[in-house]
Amino acid sequence: MNIRTGLWTLGVALAASIATAQAGAPTPKRGGTLTYLIPADAPPSFDGHRETTFATVHTVAPYYSVLIRVPPDDPSSTTEFVCDLCTEMPKPTDGGKTYTFKIRPDVKWHDGSKLTAQDVATSWNMIVFPPKGVTSARVSYYSMVDKIEAPDDSTVVFHLKYATTAFLPALADPFTWIYKKEILDKDPHWYEKNIMGSGPFKFVSYEVGQSIKGVRNPDYYHKGQPYLDAIEGIFTPKQSVRTDALRADRAAIEFRGLPPSARDQLEKELGDKITVQDSDWNCGNVLTPNQRHKPFDDVRVRRALALAIDQWHGAPALAKIATVRTVGGIVFPGSPLAATKEELQQIAGYWPDIEKSRAEAKRLLKEAGAEGLKFELLNRNVDQPYKFVGTWVIGEWKKIGLNVEQKVVPTGPWFQNMRAGTFDVAMEANCQSVVNPVLDTGKYLPGKIFPDNYGGYDDQTSIDLYNKMQYETDPKKQRADMRAYEKHTLDEMAHEIVLPYWYRIVLARSYVKGWKISPSHYLNQDLSNIWLDK
Amino acid sequence: MTAITPGSVTSAASADTAWRRRTLAGTVLGFCRRHPLGAIGFVIILIICLAGGLADWLAPFDPEENDFSTMMQAPDWIHVLGTDQFGRDIFSRLVFGARTAMIVGFGAAVGGGVIGLILGVTSAYFGGWFDLVFQRVLDVLMAFPLIILALAVVSVFGTGVFNVIIAITIPLVPRCGRVVRASALAVREVPYVDAARALGFGHTRIVFHHMIPNVLAPFLILLSAFVGQAILAEASLSYLGLGVQEPVPAWGLMLQGSAEDYATTAPWIAIFPGLAIVITVLAFSLFGDALRDAIDPKLRTR
Repeated sequence: MNIRTGLWTLGVALAASIATAQAGAPTPKRGGTLTYLIPADAPPSFDGHRETTFATVHTVAPYYSVLIRVPPDDPSSTTEFVCDLCTEMPKPTDGGKTYTFKIRPDVKWHDGSKLTAQDVATSWNMIVFPPKGVTSARVSYYSMVDKIEAPDDSTVVFHLKYATTAFLPALADPFTWIYKKEILDKDPHWYEKNIMGSGPFKFVSYEVGQSIKGVRNPDYYHKGQPYLDAIEGIFTPKQSVRTDALRADRAAIEFRGLPPSARDQLEKELGDKITVQDSDWNCGNVLTPNQRHKPFDDVRVRRALALAIDQWHGAPALAKIATVRTVGGIVFPGSPLAATKEELQQIAGYWPDIEKSRAEAKRLLKEAGAEGLKFELLNRNVDQPYKFVGTWVIGEWKKIGLNVEQKVVPTGPWFQNMRAGTFDVAMEANCQSVVNPVLDTGKYLPGKIFPDNYGGYDDQTSIDLYNKMQYETDPKKQRADMRAYEKHTLDEMAHEIVLPYWYRIVLARSYVKGWKISPSHYLNQDLSNIWLDK
Repeated sequence: MTAITPGSVTSAASADTAWRRRTLAGTVLGFCRRHPLGAIGFVIILIICLAGGLADWLAPFDPEENDFSTMMQAPDWIHVLGTDQFGRDIFSRLVFGARTAMIVGFGAAVGGGVIGLILGVTSAYFGGWFDLVFQRVLDVLMAFPLIILALAVVSVFGTGVFNVIIAITIPLVPRCGRVVRASALAVREVPYVDAARALGFGHTRIVFHHMIPNVLAPFLILLSAFVGQAILAEASLSYLGLGVQEPVPAWGLMLQGSAEDYATTAPWIAIFPGLAIVITVLAFSLFGDALRDAIDPKLRTR
């Protein structure tokens, strides 16, 4: 009797504890349409392998699958990765040089056919070893990969040249969508203008500059997901329109980030009807002088451009009106490999005494015969923070006598101009996904190594310094190597000018549940775990 | 016989000049008395033109200089109209913005007006298939609202002051051409045009010397209306982010982006450029209406 009573009591207690736990984490509700804002005019193309912009990810990610990803419920993690198309995360063999992934057998393409390891291997081969005429924007991330093969329809094997901890974060890159082998074999450019994946949502329609719509994929392999019936992304490059849309509940969330002024305003007006998530952002604007154009081939002119900008006083002021906050070098601030303030202050553009810095800038311009230089700053038609930062920088340059006109163009022409080298100085951004400084700083390598570097320079010293840092396994030595690479890039050669890092503030209507912020606006964008508490 | 001496010629000439001066003054005074609203409009236009022309001396601050120590400061004795989100003096930006508005306004209006005038008169003069085809082209162009056509042109040519002038000039051409053609059709039938033709004058001479001067009245009225329209179009394009770009001071641009974001916390950022646009366009409208009433013989007799 006592035993029976005890067991019964234990059972009740267990049931109660389970119920309590469930009450703490509300059960997702099925149904509804999520209307979200994409703060761009249009993506330059639909091809994630080719593009580097959120405009492509926010538009197209819900329609695709990836091999592995950051945990959707903990996207801030920089060390934990989970399977999307694979069945379990593999343990590396061959001294850390071989990774064998088993592919889920229950994945279907949106056209109803079965997704196999051949599709995964072909997609990854296109990313790592793009054939001639095909652009793979992050090819330098995968310099450690030797070979990718699919020995059967359920296995994909990555053979590395050397063991490195940078491999898995690179593999979890959110742009690495899996495309159908049959389509790629026929036309490797097909995915630039078309969408057909295996992700949580099926593509329905796209109107240029207006919206993109999708519906729930009933065959999605993560059972129970997605929770939403449909999604609609609305292209809204103007910040005020996005704020108004959230205020009026015409849209439920904007995933990229709004400035503090919008947060303060909406919090004041909407109270608990709006939720705020914020985070440091692995992203920052970068000024790229085009070294194919004179006089930007002269390091003195490039150094002068950097020396004119008062980062230390500009960043806190800009933080009040734009989505920027922290002064940093080429490495995401806060990372163990990032430069300290004292180290940064040794670099052109970060000197603590701005008057001295500007005097040096003027001297360099005079020496280079470029006093009163007039040129165009190519900028992107995105308010936050591109146009704000662009206006600030032009004001700073004016203080050393430069006459700069801002040329603002939509995202597509902005990329076209940079890729074609038809610009003087470009306002671009180095935005990365998983915080992984070794790979994130690949952006500053010459274009022949990193295709999305638009500076038009070749610099073997830069490549050597980067490689030395990349292969170094001792953290202290690697940090020192990173400093040498940074000093060379920003100070000695002034190939690029790194501007304050961004700060991410995501506003959503309170009924939007399940989505968590990360330091990257590229991560966690397949929307499969979002549900509406209505 | 009365001998004509050099002195008498000089005094006659100065008497003529004085008469003309009196007549001009009288005309202006008469205009002001009969059309007080038009006169007010003209004075405002004059003030805005002077402000734009003398901006370098009138503006107390550099309109493009960021000053983060004075961000979004309310109007006070130093910054009489306050400052914007970059700490730039709004009064200085308004004064320099007047220059941009006038350059774009007059540039586009004169450009579009003159091209429209020449094409409209030429079309009326030649008539026939040339007139027919030309009018259909104008029909197509006029089917688009001014701002839509300007948007299309800017998307082709790109942004910047010069391109904005071109973008606004193109839609103004058919609007002027159509009206001027109607007047020119009447002029074409008058005897002195026939006489000029009979004397063997060339087409160019007849069009430029005999027809265009006789359609100048409606043209001038149109021109005054076009300047206001062009300023409004420039402001609209800049507001949409397709006109001139930061940090160039322009009224529409001052209303764009952050002005909307700070409308509740720093309303002066939006109010003053908005007022400047309203007052300027209203001034051109009042002056244009008064000019039409003054020049049109049918309305003059009322």
